[in-house]
Amino acid sequence: MIDLKEKAKELRKEIIKTICRAGGGHMPATLSIIDIITVLYYGILNIDPNSPDDSHRDRFILSKGHACVALYTVLADRGFFDKHHLGTFGKLGSILGGHPDMHKIPGVEASTGALGHGFPFGVGMALSGKLDNEKYRVFTLLGDGECQEGSIWEAAMFASHHKLDNLIAIVDYNKQQAMDYLDKIVSLEPFAEKWRAFGWEVREVDGHNLDMLLESFNACPFVKGRPNLLIAHTTKGKGVSFMEHEPLWHYRMPNLEEMKIVSKDLGLDDFWKEFE
Amino acid sequence: MRNAYISTLHQLAKSNENILALVADNGTIVYDEYREDFPDRFINFGISEANMISVAAGLASCGKIPFAYTIANFLAFRAYEQIRNDVCMQKMNVKIVGIGVGFVYSNLGPTHHSTEDIAVMRVLPEMTIFSPSDPLETVKVTNAAASIAGPVYLRLATGGSPKIYENNYDFEVGKGVTLREGNDLSIIATGSIVHEALQAVDTLEELGVSVRLINIHTIKPVDRDIILKAANETRAILTVEEHSITGGLGSCVAEVLAEENCEHHYFKRLGLKGVFPQGYGNYQEMKVLNGLSRDDIVKEVNSLLNVKRRIQPPSGYAV
Repeated sequence: MIDLKEKAKELRKEIIKTICRAGGGHMPATLSIIDIITVLYYGILNIDPNSPDDSHRDRFILSKGHACVALYTVLADRGFFDKHHLGTFGKLGSILGGHPDMHKIPGVEASTGALGHGFPFGVGMALSGKLDNEKYRVFTLLGDGECQEGSIWEAAMFASHHKLDNLIAIVDYNKQQAMDYLDKIVSLEPFAEKWRAFGWEVREVDGHNLDMLLESFNACPFVKGRPNLLIAHTTKGKGVSFMEHEPLWHYRMPNLEEMKIVSKDLGLDDFWKEFE
Repeated sequence: MRNAYISTLHQLAKSNENILALVADNGTIVYDEYREDFPDRFINFGISEANMISVAAGLASCGKIPFAYTIANFLAFRAYEQIRNDVCMQKMNVKIVGIGVGFVYSNLGPTHHSTEDIAVMRVLPEMTIFSPSDPLETVKVTNAAASIAGPVYLRLATGGSPKIYENNYDFEVGKGVTLREGNDLSIIATGSIVHEALQAVDTLEELGVSVRLINIHTIKPVDRDIILKAANETRAILTVEEHSITGGLGSCVAEVLAEENCEHHYFKRLGLKGVFPQGYGNYQEMKVLNGLSRDDIVKEVNSLLNVKRRIQPPSGYAV
């Protein structure tokens, strides 16, 4: 298997380059999930870029669609589409927009963006798999703020009732949403207990520890007959010193001085000079 | 219509194993035979319509053909973003089946009266909308829905709908049906209220007024040709719908007439005008209360023809 740490490091750079060159994007959310996505796409998912519609494939749905650049960089790196597309992100004529479009981008399983949709969509995929006795698994990555949507809990109740142990939901629990910390807006706590009460088997993990993530995914289903929830404790903006733990950065772009810090933090050398 | 829909779905399910019946705690007894044959292909979501639609879209992405059924309002309004984003935007093969449209749930009140659903569904790209007038037509639109590889909204009345068609007829998606020929005025109607319009036309005929009655079973795409033909061949058009006149069938017809620059000045929409359905009573009483009874239609036709007589027709207009 490839070196996941090196891969995640490389993809972080690619994310920053893609978003900064486009001049807009949800950078901190993307950095929050890139380790999770790296582990899934290089260590877990049964997928083939040459056959993206294979009915037996595993499915991954990015329910928090605004963090799409993490998905784009991974899909490009895995060969679902050519890497040159990353340079077109958000620009006229691009297939890559600020939220993923399944009809434009090979490898994207669902068009997400409005929160609270991708997760129940994934529940439908998992249910279909059970109805057809398929072996595939469905992974869906949710934002923590997204869990304030009622549709998440409708789907959570439904998934456990139907014993969808082929469903693995991961919550990117960075504790921040667009305007502030969740605890200062509407708290999710006691979060794990809520999911358990809804019939899910819950594990908690450091969402930036690649080995632990890999181990957790390999342990699925945690319990036969129950849907799996992995609460990944993450840091929004992980890797960029001034973005970490700073809600202000949800959708903000660095200025030149800040670009120098970003370049230094992520080992991007003189990348900042592009913006002089 | 409800029983016609469910028995047709049952038949379809026998020949296509991908068809699934989804409900949201609605459909006691009526689904029993279907459930007996296909217990694993009947999924009750409980009272969670938004979830039902998103899950249906996920099922469709894996090749299933879900028919998601419950009271029309709870789909068209509560699950609207799910219908827009998960079904239409993603072009998923999901059938949205709204039951109890108009005010057939008479004394249950306006929370259960679906009188703006056409307006909101009609603006959605990819969506086909069927609004059958009787059980036979329900069978036809249900079969048509299954054969369309994409989103469909089926708006159905409940059980006990009277027959409009005595005999079988050639059904075509997007083609209206001329139920009565006439040349004084055209009534264009959709859904259960077609029955009331049919009675009005009979009454008018006794009064010596020749009315053409057109039934629009496909709201989207609407039959432009039959509307324009009516505009050219009859002197006035009255649309009749158990729905708000804003955004419904009347608006569809108005859009066609306006875009085709029809010099047709005698046009009126009969339906709910800026109000939710008023009052309680049985279905017939609700139609009277809300100005959609046979007598109301007769009155509107007469007043429209009288207006026509008072105003000088446009030049070159064949009277």
